[in-house]
Amino acid sequence: MTPEELAEFRRRQKSRNWVLGGLLVFFAVLFYAITIVRMGD
Amino acid sequence: MTTAAPITKQALPTDWRDFYALTKPRVMSLVIFTGLCGLLAAPGSINPVLGFTAILCIALGAGGAGALNQWLESDLDAGMKRTQKRPIPAGRMDPTNARDFGIALSVLSVCLMGIAIGWLAASILLVSILYYAIIYTMWLKPRTPQNIVIGGAAGAFPPMIGWVAVTGDITLMPVLLFAIIFMWTPPHFWALALFIKSDYAKVGIPMMPVVRGQASTRRQIMVYSVLLVPIAAAPWFIGGTGAIYGIISIALSLAFLALSVPVATRISEDGDAMKPEKRLFAFSILYLFALFAALVVDRVAAYQGFAL
Repeated sequence: MTPEELAEFRRRQKSRNWVLGGLLVFFAVLFYAITIVRMGD
Repeated sequence: MTTAAPITKQALPTDWRDFYALTKPRVMSLVIFTGLCGLLAAPGSINPVLGFTAILCIALGAGGAGALNQWLESDLDAGMKRTQKRPIPAGRMDPTNARDFGIALSVLSVCLMGIAIGWLAASILLVSILYYAIIYTMWLKPRTPQNIVIGGAAGAFPPMIGWVAVTGDITLMPVLLFAIIFMWTPPHFWALALFIKSDYAKVGIPMMPVVRGQASTRRQIMVYSVLLVPIAAAPWFIGGTGAIYGIISIALSLAFLALSVPVATRISEDGDAMKPEKRLFAFSILYLFALFAALVVDRVAAYQGFAL
């Protein structure tokens, strides 16, 4: 792998991790909110 | 699979934007909108968190079905100008990743809908995903020129799911919302197919203009446009909405009909600019947005005591 390819590899890996992390946080918050709402039913 | 991607491309992790593109965001926007309108127009109320979750599930389900569709059709997509830049045919994504992504989204959407909203809405969502991925993409699309008539049902589910998420049962109104999109899809799609038919012919998809010829396609566009007038107004006739929706729907449907007349009464030659067809296609999208917006406006007006 050339340095350019390695840099691109790292960039994609990093952006994917951020998106995945963001989704996990989003779903954690969503499930918390759903639980609170459904407990009130 | 027709094209093997260069090794360097495959070795790189797929950009997250390609996963996003796999969900067909533009189709999804219409799905989200009609689902949201079904939810807002339904009688009764839903907690905003649960309403958001229901729409999210419809969107995730549509995204999953879109990803499965692109996984199944990547070899066809590679042969068409409009679709050859999609992540799989362009070699930016491994097909198995697309398949797993599609399955994961679908399972997540159905389970979340079942747990958060109810299993009736979840069941309809599951049926719509399987309908699109299996009955439409795998079975009907490559076999019959009526493919999109029956396949259009897949796109007709979202407002029904939105409605059922609120009410918890199926009545005539959500079925009518389903019927409206079902009748709208053939003229919408055939108008498109008339001006891009060469691409479909190339990959052997039996689109109506290719198989039955454009005269037959144009006649059928007209038939569906005529049928759309009473069906779009039916929610008013049965008393499900007020006159605001009724009048707007008749006006919109008559405009739709007026635009389909020039499409139905002409035959195009090679090199034709296809202006009437492009105009009908563009209006058909506006039509659906406006019609469902009218449904919501009508409901809000009724709540505020403005019902005619």
